[in-house]
Amino acid sequence: MSDTQSPFFRFWREFRENKLAVLALVVVILMMALALFAPFIVPQDPYDLELLSLMDARRGPGFVGSGGYVHYLGTDPQGRDLLSAIFYGLRISIMIGLAAGCIALVLGTAVGIFAAYAGGRTETFLMRVVDLQLSFPAILLALVLVALLGQGKFQLISALVAAQYAYFARTAYGAAKGERKKDYVEAALATPLSGFQVAFRHLLPNCMPPLIVVATVQIASAISLEATLSFLGLGLPVTEPSLGMLISNGFPYMMSGRYWISVYPGVALIILIVAINIVGDQIRDQFNPRLRK
Amino acid sequence: MLGFVIQRLLQAFVVMAAMSVIVFVGVYAIGNPVEIIIPPEATEEIRAEVIRKLGLDLPLWQQYFIFVTNLVQGDFGRSYIYNVPVLELIAGRLPATAELVLISIISATVLGVTLGVYAGYRPNSIISKAIMAISVLGFSVPSFWVGLILILTFAVNLGVLPAGGRGEVISFLGVEWSFLTIDGLSHILLPALNLAFFKLAMMIRLARAGTREIMLTDTIKFARAAGISEGRILRRHLMKLISVPIITVFGLELGSTLAFAVVTETIFSWPGIGKLIIDSITVLDRPVMVAYLILTALLFVLINLTVDLVFALIDPRIRAGAA
Repeated sequence: MSDTQSPFFRFWREFRENKLAVLALVVVILMMALALFAPFIVPQDPYDLELLSLMDARRGPGFVGSGGYVHYLGTDPQGRDLLSAIFYGLRISIMIGLAAGCIALVLGTAVGIFAAYAGGRTETFLMRVVDLQLSFPAILLALVLVALLGQGKFQLISALVAAQYAYFARTAYGAAKGERKKDYVEAALATPLSGFQVAFRHLLPNCMPPLIVVATVQIASAISLEATLSFLGLGLPVTEPSLGMLISNGFPYMMSGRYWISVYPGVALIILIVAINIVGDQIRDQFNPRLRK
Repeated sequence: MLGFVIQRLLQAFVVMAAMSVIVFVGVYAIGNPVEIIIPPEATEEIRAEVIRKLGLDLPLWQQYFIFVTNLVQGDFGRSYIYNVPVLELIAGRLPATAELVLISIISATVLGVTLGVYAGYRPNSIISKAIMAISVLGFSVPSFWVGLILILTFAVNLGVLPAGGRGEVISFLGVEWSFLTIDGLSHILLPALNLAFFKLAMMIRLARAGTREIMLTDTIKFARAAGISEGRILRRHLMKLISVPIITVFGLELGSTLAFAVVTETIFSWPGIGKLIIDSITVLDRPVMVAYLILTALLFVLINLTVDLVFALIDPRIRAGAA
């Protein structure tokens, strides 16, 4: 029985014990599904201007608009159904977060492993640059880059990647440095495999656990950074409203008590970020040998 | 030691040189400022005149050379929008940011260390668990969202605190400050709380981890064996031991709090340099953007340099290792 269990299954069995983490995982999967299938489940395409009516604008939650259906979370200043807008916003936020996080993972890991593998001056130079970048807060780097690159999906993702790859590089470098001294690497190097193959085929898989942990944290922080930049009006163009922009659009109306325009997209954002962080925390605890029973 | 200092100074210089190139290329070489400054109905002669006056007809390397020469002389140019020297503009906004950042980070440190030491001292009590929950929230929830909720709660729903602006300011040492008047204090409370929240979370974690570790050391065991009271152990021995990492982080966080002030100042319409840079980015006021970026980079380089040097002074292993 036990020899049929894959490492993944063992990992899952331990993960299952933390009920909060399982709940968080379910929430994350659910939100990704909502984002993915948004066009099929929302009552209204929020960006088809023909469907919007200013008669419906800024109505509270539960209002039945001219479309004949209930706006459960109310409507925004353009008369858009907020629930639909949030699902579409989730779509953009998650896409940006995943894209930035994954590209930063690949790029940062490549830099870190390459530095550990190359050694010498290359190693010193690469890690100096990485450390230097880590001494600046990510929000400042992203802000500066977005300011310099301008608005747009591509620019935003580039800025986030540039601000975040250093975390992966540092982690991959640390892990690779530790693995480098182990016997299996020496053994692999003694075979006709090239050093490059050893680094990426043998060293890399053993560096994955800490990288996965950093990846969950960084995807959450990419989503949060994107929301912050969009809130400041520096993120995505108006044609691609992420959760941050929805919050920003509702901000002026908050003062007059129309809280829902900002608050509900914000609640969606917080649930997403907190859920990803809880899952990440659990994965980190499971990978941490010091906390093993 | 001298070799170490020279090495670090050289490194700081290289970083600043690299920053100046990046900022110059990023801000000046991408896009054309002429389109923004000159109204579209201007004649060709006026256009040529303005381009010549701003030195935009020169080759790029010459423009960079002039740019750096001016920077070194402390001349950051004039703001396109306000038409005053940029340095004057920033100096005028600086006190607002300075008081906000200082009040936030000091209160976050004092409160965070107190709560963190408690949570580390009694890790299993319910209060400690609540403190840790706050710190998890502080890490996860984006800063701008905390600001919005503060405004919604205290300014809109309860109506007890103002949602923006600096309030009444009073002149002291030739600079205007908000924290010296009751009205000003009420204005600074929410933004300071907003800015302090993330730092608070970090200080709690740091103090808690430090306390848990130190309470298990021989120092504390012997102090207890010597019959010293718990209160005195906490005040005297624990505080002395955890103060080193706390002070380090305090210094390092000064810079990042300044960066986060951009968000807080925008939400609360706090007229500091953070709001200035966001406004400048939206209207493409290049000289202001350049000055902000260069000055922030300089600040970070100086903070890192100071931390490195102070550590080298305290810990001889570092200067030996780096030399």
